[in-house]
Amino acid sequence: MSVLLVRHGGSAVHIKNGYANIPLFREAVSAGFPSPAEDYIEQSLDLNEHCIKRPAATFFVRVQGDSMIDAGIYSEDMLVIDRSIPAAHGDIVIAGLHGEFTVKELQLRPRTCLMPKNKAYSPIDIPEGSELDIFGVVTHVIRNLRQK
Amino acid sequence: MPEPTFALVDCNNFYASCEKLFRPDLKQRPLVVLSNNDGCVVARSKEAKALGIKMGVPIFKIRHELRQHNIAVFSSNYTLYADMSARVMRTLEEMAQRVEIYSIDEAFLDLTGTQSLLDNSQFGQQVRQIIGDWTGITVCVGIAPTKTLAKLANHAAKKYPATQGVVDLSDRQRQQRLLGLLPVDEIWGIGRRLGLRLQQMGINSALDLANANPKNIRQHFSVVVERTVRELNGESCIDFEELPPTKKQIVCSRSFGERVTSLQEMREAICKHSARAAEKLRKEKRYAKIITVFIRTSPFNAQQPQYANSLSGELSVPSDDSRDLINQAIRLLEHIWRDGYAYAKAGVMLSDFYEPGVYQPDIFDQQPNGKGRRGHKESQALMSTLDKINRQGKSKLFFAGQGVKNSSGTKSWVMKREHLSPAYTTNWNDILKVK
Repeated sequence: MSVLLVRHGGSAVHIKNGYANIPLFREAVSAGFPSPAEDYIEQSLDLNEHCIKRPAATFFVRVQGDSMIDAGIYSEDMLVIDRSIPAAHGDIVIAGLHGEFTVKELQLRPRTCLMPKNKAYSPIDIPEGSELDIFGVVTHVIRNLRQK
Repeated sequence: MPEPTFALVDCNNFYASCEKLFRPDLKQRPLVVLSNNDGCVVARSKEAKALGIKMGVPIFKIRHELRQHNIAVFSSNYTLYADMSARVMRTLEEMAQRVEIYSIDEAFLDLTGTQSLLDNSQFGQQVRQIIGDWTGITVCVGIAPTKTLAKLANHAAKKYPATQGVVDLSDRQRQQRLLGLLPVDEIWGIGRRLGLRLQQMGINSALDLANANPKNIRQHFSVVVERTVRELNGESCIDFEELPPTKKQIVCSRSFGERVTSLQEMREAICKHSARAAEKLRKEKRYAKIITVFIRTSPFNAQQPQYANSLSGELSVPSDDSRDLINQAIRLLEHIWRDGYAYAKAGVMLSDFYEPGVYQPDIFDQQPNGKGRRGHKESQALMSTLDKINRQGKSKLFFAGQGVKNSSGTKSWVMKREHLSPAYTTNWNDILKVK
């Protein structure tokens, strides 16, 4: 089977036999925190460094709805999206579907579908031979626990 | 010496693409972006181009087409475009050692001597794919031994879909073939008027110009056009500029949403432009000595009485303090203001720039102990606090002279932007909603 997985606004990645051909452009990323400077200047921890590996490819979105609560994603949560990550089986992704953006788990096996994480919702099958618009891969959830 | 190699990366339909990225419902729809005050079309999606909507056409002339083809219309959202542009440029900087940002949607890469396992076309395709994946913006890439040829290669990459958005013009024969296909006024820096003069000399195609005698061209035109001839022949003459040259002047001006007829409203507008210009000046780390204020009625409205004037004034010492610049600008405005006109545009220009510490201080302005008529340090501290607060969100702190909103919540001189999209990437309240 073959489904064309389209990066929304980006390039197309062909999936054959349920596996995505992931482009090989992954340069070494300096993850984690910078090494301490030679002198002991006080260093504050920057949450951006922790959540954002590639600022140029990072976008934020806000969730509306409860289709992903079993994945720990609730309405009003803020999500960090990294478009530089090629979407793979099991990733939580933002997809453009019927003219709006939706957050779901991407499943490529045994067939391509967008899986809600809430039993009240049914999976959204992506018919063979059609296009699926992926805006980006969700990397973090940010929720204010006091202001609800 | 390795062969010079340049790539020109140019975003396709940039403003339209920025708008579409955040609106999956508009994926297939034609879309246009309007100029300031929603006047003319300044960007078109490929669907709008296919419908024959022309660049620069006033919106009122295409009302019918907009309705007939259900064309989506947006006001210019420069906040969004600037952020998306920065993302594209930042990504390019990861892919090439030297990047010259040429405009909001174009950049030259210097690939000279780059040890790469990829050939030029493969590299171009990789740039295209990474920019597309990371930022959602589609780009075309032209690669050649000179900047002028890289521009032409990019033009070809845009024009001919079979190129898949990348044209490598390293090969002399390919250069010649493409030059033969393109009219002379498609060449970077030639333009329509110069093109006409060249055509009168029998130079019609880009290839004709490439084959012209450089000395002859210099005699008839200029050393600049001669340089273009050399560049078309693969001789790199135009320098690569990584750092943008320091600005020589700063202009802040706007057409008014509605005509301005009262001095009070005009004062507010000039005050706001001065404050904005001062902010830009501080960002450039410069001091200005000369400030110019200009106002005018609409030249397109021949029935109404016309008036236009401008006046420049000199500060006693160069300054980057918003208060100095605003005071001077208001004084200048009051000199040129005439009642009884419907003003369409006003602006402020700063010029005669100085680097910090290079100018001759006014003996009344500054004393060695830092105390003076008004302390320099105090001014610096106040302005940097002002800028810091305002960086966190546009115009939180402003000068009273800019006026406060009237009862309807808008000022008549504010730009008309009725179709403005949200600031998806720069304002927490505007970020995308997903279900």
